[in-house]
Amino acid sequence: MTPDVDVAIVGAGPAGLSAAIELRRRGVGRVVVLEREQVAGGIPRHTAHLGYGARDLHRMTTGPRYAALLTRRAEKAGVEIQLGRSVQSFVGGQLFTTGASGQSQIQAHAVVLATGVRERPRAARLVPGDRPAGVLTTGSLQQFTTLHHQRVGTRAVVVGAEHVSFSAVLTLAHAGCKVAAMVTALPRHQTYAPLRIATAGRHRVPIHTGVTVAEIVGRSRVEAVVLTDGRRIECDTIVFTGDWIPDHELARSAGLPMLSIAKSPIIDDGWHTEQSGVFAIGNLVHPAETADVCALDGRAVAEHVMDWLTLGRWPAAVAPINVSSPIAWAAASSVGVTFRVEQFVTGSIEVSSGSEVRHRTKRKQWIPNRAYHVKGFTDCSELRFRR
Amino acid sequence: MFDVAVVGGGVVGCAVARELTRHRLTVALLEARNDVGAGTSKANTAILHTGFDAVPGSTEARLVARGYGLLSAYAPAAGISVEATGAVLVAWDDEQAANLPALAEKAVANEYMDAEVIDAHAVRQLEPNLGDGVTGGMVVPGEYLIDPWTTPIAFATEAVLNGCELLTRFDVARCAVGSESTVLTATDGRKVQTRYVVNAAGLYGDTLHHLFGHAGFTIRPRRGELIVFDKLARPLLQRTILPVPTAHTKGVLVAPTVFGNIMLGPTADEIEDRGATGSTRTGIDTLLAKGHRILPALMHEEVTAVYAGLRAATEHSDYQLSAHAESRYVCLGGIRSTGLTSSMALAEQTVALLASIGLTTTMREADEWLSARMTPLGEADERPYQRGGAVVCQCERVTAGEIDAAITSTVPANDVDGLRRRTRVLAGRCQGFYCAANVCALAAQSDGRAMSEWMGLQ
Repeated sequence: MTPDVDVAIVGAGPAGLSAAIELRRRGVGRVVVLEREQVAGGIPRHTAHLGYGARDLHRMTTGPRYAALLTRRAEKAGVEIQLGRSVQSFVGGQLFTTGASGQSQIQAHAVVLATGVRERPRAARLVPGDRPAGVLTTGSLQQFTTLHHQRVGTRAVVVGAEHVSFSAVLTLAHAGCKVAAMVTALPRHQTYAPLRIATAGRHRVPIHTGVTVAEIVGRSRVEAVVLTDGRRIECDTIVFTGDWIPDHELARSAGLPMLSIAKSPIIDDGWHTEQSGVFAIGNLVHPAETADVCALDGRAVAEHVMDWLTLGRWPAAVAPINVSSPIAWAAASSVGVTFRVEQFVTGSIEVSSGSEVRHRTKRKQWIPNRAYHVKGFTDCSELRFRR
Repeated sequence: MFDVAVVGGGVVGCAVARELTRHRLTVALLEARNDVGAGTSKANTAILHTGFDAVPGSTEARLVARGYGLLSAYAPAAGISVEATGAVLVAWDDEQAANLPALAEKAVANEYMDAEVIDAHAVRQLEPNLGDGVTGGMVVPGEYLIDPWTTPIAFATEAVLNGCELLTRFDVARCAVGSESTVLTATDGRKVQTRYVVNAAGLYGDTLHHLFGHAGFTIRPRRGELIVFDKLARPLLQRTILPVPTAHTKGVLVAPTVFGNIMLGPTADEIEDRGATGSTRTGIDTLLAKGHRILPALMHEEVTAVYAGLRAATEHSDYQLSAHAESRYVCLGGIRSTGLTSSMALAEQTVALLASIGLTTTMREADEWLSARMTPLGEADERPYQRGGAVVCQCERVTAGEIDAAITSTVPANDVDGLRRRTRVLAGRCQGFYCAANVCALAAQSDGRAMSEWMGLQ
């Protein structure tokens, strides 16, 4: 069967759009991006704050502007973006899609999965209690406020204290909702001091550490949360933030092997998966990095896609980077090997390639939920923590 | 003035209202909530029971067996998804395995002839993903999966199409039984005058029973917590895994759902508060421990919902049905999770009970009856997105057209929970991360209410 397109990219977020632009720039004929939403751009469409474009566009802009800019560039580059077309399954090299005009199948020489990441919602975190209205994630909160200009409530509790959690504090404050508290199971917050000061600090939000939500109270609308230390906080809104999980359903339907903790498809340092012709990039493989890192993934994967298209080159084996506690997982990214730690630890990280130790980082404190990169050692096979 | 008022728009009340509209009668269906099927019925374990393990000779056994046949026949035409998966009852120790022959005999006593005791090896061949320690099993091929959400809505839709007046937010506070008619007064002062009353009030059945001056049973809510796993877990199981029941409880089962998920539950806690539908830490932990033993691989999958349903249990093991000529009143009390399966049989039985206390009826001609076909929600059925349309909820593949249809239908959705039960919207793995705002915006567009109302803010 002759493939319909040269490269099919699933997901028109920063990673997918950037890959498409770069592939067209390198002269690839038909590059199709399949996007299930009605608008391209991905998550940045509704993150109405600065922090986008630093590493890829060398400018600082807001999420919606960044999303629009990438979309315009893709269109100009001759990328075919199919909106409202969602891929239901990916079996035997065929993408089975559905959209406004019905179902269709697409066969491509190369497929790039760039399906992104979402926050773990309340149910997946097994938080007990009632099921009232007013329970959100940062993603749904931003869409209500940024895209639909809605108010969400008057008094919120933010669950989590990683970067995105502080972003949620800001979004709530702008939407006129007081933040009663932030709650994290970890012993300290996990963001940068300046971000904490500019958000939780400025809006005088107490951060309760070492506790989780024991119960959600309120039968039709949230009335309060009860924490594991017994404290009760009155609120009408709860925002579950971060705790990222890749949108990996398509990768799994294709039978790709997964990293058990990150729940992302296993890739090598060229974003090759175990299946010839199938690449995985962006936050699907490293939940979650900033948008510019995802965009750079997209740019960098193009070279490997070209190698596949023109030379049929594919690695013999794709092995995960081995890690052990307190390192949670590690994966290749455009800015080096990215990894996460499970807890606050102090020590250094040793990078090995086979039996050879290639590099040892400075001794420092490593913070959970933060993205760390070891640059220049993308062909590594193991990361080890040394006290 | 109505001929019959049915109190309670759960699956039983809706089935009764529908059955009554097949006769030349004026019927009212009174529901305390803002929607039908929104209480205990929505939290059902969603199994179409053969009744193989019922108490032989009981009212429940008879009505479950009869209801199984009626609902199986009705479901395809009405658009209620049923999956003929079957079940296997699994023993995890020698004592449970020793109980299997007695359960097989009980099935025969219930006139269910297809149950068959099998050994541990055969169980493992049927379900290779089960945990270690299986000692034996019994297959029950007739235990099917059914869509518990569409069933009451389909009944109510047909009832309303055929003239039944559905009054929602009608929470009966008082009743005045006269010589010819009864007046039911709601908490907000609305009144309904009717000749006959059917009590299908579920968890509040005993309260209404007392209002009519009767005693005989007390509802002792039994809370059942359930955990629903993401659709990626569905390939782990072929059929429902039932536990060997003990004297105390039917136990925790692991079952596929027609929506394509895997469900784990229920717990069984006797509680006081009839509104306590919250989940608990203990309940969740208990279920996870059981799930880990039954289907270990399930523990690696994401959870899409945790909820609790309250079964309207009483101090009696059987259904509490009664008819009272002096007050022209029929009571359908103590109906627990088997009520979904037995609903249509209970409806038939109700007509007979009403006749026994003086209600004379004639059936309508076939051409005087309007039937309805709902859009099937089952993963195995054809779904609207497959024919094309803008998908709004990506996890469950719900189209904008379905949301509009659910809001403008005969028995319309009026909150997101109602939308979820009619379309599966927001029932998936992302729980609204991607689409909650769009869904509320579309809903607001369909019915003209403010988006904030759909967000549950007002």
